[in-house]
Amino acid sequence: MKATLARRRPSNEALLALLILALAMAPARAHIQTGEAAGFLSGFRHPVSGLDHVLAMVSVGLWGAQLGAPAVWLLPVVFPMVMAFGGFLGLAGVPLPGVEIAIALSAVLLGLAVAREARPPLALAAGLVGVFAIFHGHAHGTELPPGQSGILYSIGFVVATGLLHLSGIAVGLVHRWSWGRIALRVLGGGVAVAGLVFLTRAFR
Amino acid sequence: MKRLPAAALLALLFARHADAHLVTTGLGPVYDGIGHLLLTPEDLVPIFALSLYAGLRGARAGRLALFVLPAAWLAGGLLGLRLGGVTTAPVAAVSFILLGILVAADVKLPDGAVAVLAAGLGFVHGFLNGPALAGTGPGVLGLLGIAVVAFVLVALAAALVVSLRAPAARIAVRVAGSWIAAIGLLLLGWALRTSGGPA
Repeated sequence: MKATLARRRPSNEALLALLILALAMAPARAHIQTGEAAGFLSGFRHPVSGLDHVLAMVSVGLWGAQLGAPAVWLLPVVFPMVMAFGGFLGLAGVPLPGVEIAIALSAVLLGLAVAREARPPLALAAGLVGVFAIFHGHAHGTELPPGQSGILYSIGFVVATGLLHLSGIAVGLVHRWSWGRIALRVLGGGVAVAGLVFLTRAFR
Repeated sequence: MKRLPAAALLALLFARHADAHLVTTGLGPVYDGIGHLLLTPEDLVPIFALSLYAGLRGARAGRLALFVLPAAWLAGGLLGLRLGGVTTAPVAAVSFILLGILVAADVKLPDGAVAVLAAGLGFVHGFLNGPALAGTGPGVLGLLGIAVVAFVLVALAAALVVSLRAPAARIAVRVAGSWIAAIGLLLLGWALRTSGGPA
């Protein structure tokens, strides 16, 4: 029996059947949407992967909620564009000195602003946040990994950043209660302390 | 065994293209066009942004965009099919930035300018769809599918924004515009990096 099986070769009918099967094959569709989901997820993960970035982004939302209108809606409209401009500079290879120090400093100052419930003129608050946004964006821009879908990476990146702001604003809504105001100030103090830790690391 | 060469010849006769870089639904050219638009953020997001902007400008601007954009897309697409529209310019990034800023800043342009924007957007993006649709692609029927889905998208999104009355809801639309502009800026930087520009 074994010898019979070993000597058996595919018949012409079998080969013909194989060819007919090949006729019905669907096209290979090479390169279609390969890695697209990975590009979006990679971009989405990037802003939330560093605690220094997360604390600064959420603090912007917290501070906006403390300041009230129009800052509370001006910041989420302006910040993503300014941050993306920083990302553009990073991608384009425009150097920006002291990025890590500026990012750590942003956590310290934004945390202090929330802790003290600071109420500077709107232009000053927007300017401060805008300058820090450029540094945060630049850091992200220079760290973008190659080989991803550029557009889906960018969409994931911007959506995650925007959601961090909105999270900060949502948490900041407790500002309407007296206990909430105290809780926000404590949170701000915590962010400032964490920023100091990042700052000492940045100088090492 | 003599049947084998004949079968092989038959196989070659029925061989199909690889469909590289084009979404093929298997449901025919119109659906291929619809699928192409829905799965191509470079085209889909600018249509969405234009709809948001037209909606912010009011019902008349929304109606203009509703008819002008698909018509211009068809016209540009037909030309692109014939000429094979290809460009190295970062068209998508520019569309994202321009329309995103208009939405985010709620720039007050006249209705005629909204129609011009819709015409420009439709024509340029339609023209650049040409290479994907031409040859073994879905062709004119695919283009028709794109125009139909663009019409539906503008109708839904612009009508939704026109109906918004609460200031917070209109601010949410402007936040969406700022996100679109931000994506465009990153896309522009990405294009510079991959093209070996200033980087």
